[in-house]
Amino acid sequence: MKALVAVKRVVDYNVKVRAKADGSDVELNNVKMAINPFCEIAVEEAVRLKEAGTVSEVVVVSVGEKSCQEQIRTALALGADRGIHVEVEGRPEPLEVAKLLKGVVDKEQPQLVILGKQSIDGDNNQTGQMLGALAGMGQGTFASEIKVDGDSLQVTREVDGGLQTLKLNLPAIVTTDLRLNEPRYASLPNIMKAKKKPLDVTSPADLGVEMSSHITQLGVAPPPERSAGIKVEDVAQLVDKLKNEAKVIS
Amino acid sequence: MTTLVIAEHDNTSLKPATLNAVAAAQAIGGDIDILVAGADCGAAAEAAAAVPGIGKVLAADNAAYANQLAENVSLLIADVASAYDNVVAPATTSGKNIMPRVAALMDVAQISDIISVDSPDTFKRPIYAGNVIATVQSSDAKKVITVRTTAFDAVAETGGTAAVEAVDAVHDAGLSSFISEEVAESDRPELTAASVVISGGRGMQNGDNFQLLEGIADKLGAAIGASRAAVDAGFVPNDYQVGQTGKIVAPDLYVAVGISGAIQHLAGMKDSKVIVAINKDEDAPIFQVADYGLVADLFTALPELEAAL
Ligand SMILES: Cc1cc2nc3c(=O)[nH]c(=O)nc-3n(C[C@H](O)[C@H](O)[C@H](O)COP(=O)(O)OP(=O)(O)OC[C@H]3O[C@@H](n4cnc5c(N)ncnc54)[C@H](O)[C@@H]3O)c2cc1C
Ligand SMILES: Nc1ncnc2c1ncn2[C@@H]1O[C@H](COP(=O)(O)O)[C@@H](O)[C@H]1O
Repeated sequence: MKALVAVKRVVDYNVKVRAKADGSDVELNNVKMAINPFCEIAVEEAVRLKEAGTVSEVVVVSVGEKSCQEQIRTALALGADRGIHVEVEGRPEPLEVAKLLKGVVDKEQPQLVILGKQSIDGDNNQTGQMLGALAGMGQGTFASEIKVDGDSLQVTREVDGGLQTLKLNLPAIVTTDLRLNEPRYASLPNIMKAKKKPLDVTSPADLGVEMSSHITQLGVAPPPERSAGIKVEDVAQLVDKLKNEAKVIS
Repeated sequence: MTTLVIAEHDNTSLKPATLNAVAAAQAIGGDIDILVAGADCGAAAEAAAAVPGIGKVLAADNAAYANQLAENVSLLIADVASAYDNVVAPATTSGKNIMPRVAALMDVAQISDIISVDSPDTFKRPIYAGNVIATVQSSDAKKVITVRTTAFDAVAETGGTAAVEAVDAVHDAGLSSFISEEVAESDRPELTAASVVISGGRGMQNGDNFQLLEGIADKLGAAIGASRAAVDAGFVPNDYQVGQTGKIVAPDLYVAVGISGAIQHLAGMKDSKVIVAINKDEDAPIFQVADYGLVADLFTALPELEAAL
């Protein structure tokens, strides 16, 4: 069976992003970019399923400007077989991305679609679920374990109270949580090999999707600053401060 | 203007997050109804009817809605929402699971995790792990919104007398089924609703050492949380994780023990009223947000703290 994995190019998770001085947007000049960590987990899971013989082909797709081909190459170096770049300008919204991914799903007919649970730039946590609705597929979001079982999928999900296990008909959508796996590092030979793997470029028009934005970002601002605190000498002073100064314990 | 709030519940009672979502709906303004979807959820619907300021409670009581399967509940919500201007749910794992499906069915954007309402179509929400707050405006006629519960003070639980109306529509997508659940039973307050939280990180070294936090939590009536590193290492279950991609907490007192203070962790706790950090590394970034920092080995500091309380 074929697996389709959606990967997003985002600011590296180590970067502390700041608002521009004029508050128009975040400062993204000369900032290190990377594959969204949850998408890396998604690629790893698909590649492991291929290594286990469950999946026959791993296709990765990214929606964005030309630069997101770098992240597709990274995914190919991690073991995906081929890439699809849906070229769009600017920053598409989750609903637009989900519509484009639906177009790719229609063409590729994957049995399993794996996305990250959340992109660490917009912190939306939407695209996989939206794709599920548009494609009429069941969803196993925030997955910490998946098992393919004939024509169904068993997914264990990280939920507020603990863990929940669901059974989904295939084809299905999975969105990854942190405990699903620990992604491998790409080896140098695999990075070289990835350069020769096929990467097709397509467009919203090819996929029959009309782009339309629903949200306008009016501005960005830094969060409220916390005033600097103090270092206490010892436990006794800490308890005294909490009781008598902060008054948060009695 | 009318807003439909999606109740978070366990069929017998409302989860506190529902009351924060109602508060956000009030900030948007207009009339508010609550939808309770579940199986044998009559008691939860009654609880929703007791929330003050509610027009009516819609109760969709059917086996198809047991376990809040997103495929089924989203069809129901999109159906019921056709009569409303806004659909609002708490940004819990359940809300996050269901609401984007609703938005896609309605062909509108979702505005995730709002922390304030500037006007009925303009909201503030954190992005980039809370390093930046964005102001966003929606051009959709109908809005689908999830609410960061810590940013809206809960409305009262009782005092209202709304009518409960049954919704007979049954939506079963037939795509998914529930198999099992592993829910830890605990006498402690829920992490996201507790007024004191004490969290352990990688510095705790193993799961057994979390007992050092238990004794203190007992004395303070606190919930116990953790960093991602502590969860990944298997010290504690996943639902303890506080942070950008875990739970967001904002208690009166947050105590971080053996946690370095990565941005992803800070994203989940830096709106706490008072922050205490116990760390043996005086340069740990957690001290930059701590009101009271104690540079100490946690294995000596924690027993001392428990004794002093
Ligand atoms: C996509 C993504 C999402 C993430 N989401 C989250 C999230 O939601 N929540 C989260 O927490 N993290 C998250 N992280 C991980 C985050 O980046 C950090 O790796 C993590 O928070 C570190 O956990 P820690 O502070 O326990 O461990 P460390 O950074 O290893 O810090 C351990 C600390 O313990 C101290 N220590 C050690 N021994 C002692 C002792 N005996 N006494 C006192 N102090 C001691 C050390 O000085 C150190 O400061 C995420 C990362 C990524 C990439
Ligand atoms: N532009 C994009 N290209 C490819 N995949 C995306 C894109 N945006 C979001 N996704 C996928 O959807 C997941 C969740 O993203 P989000 O809904 O933005 O939090 C990501 O981890 C990706 O797997």
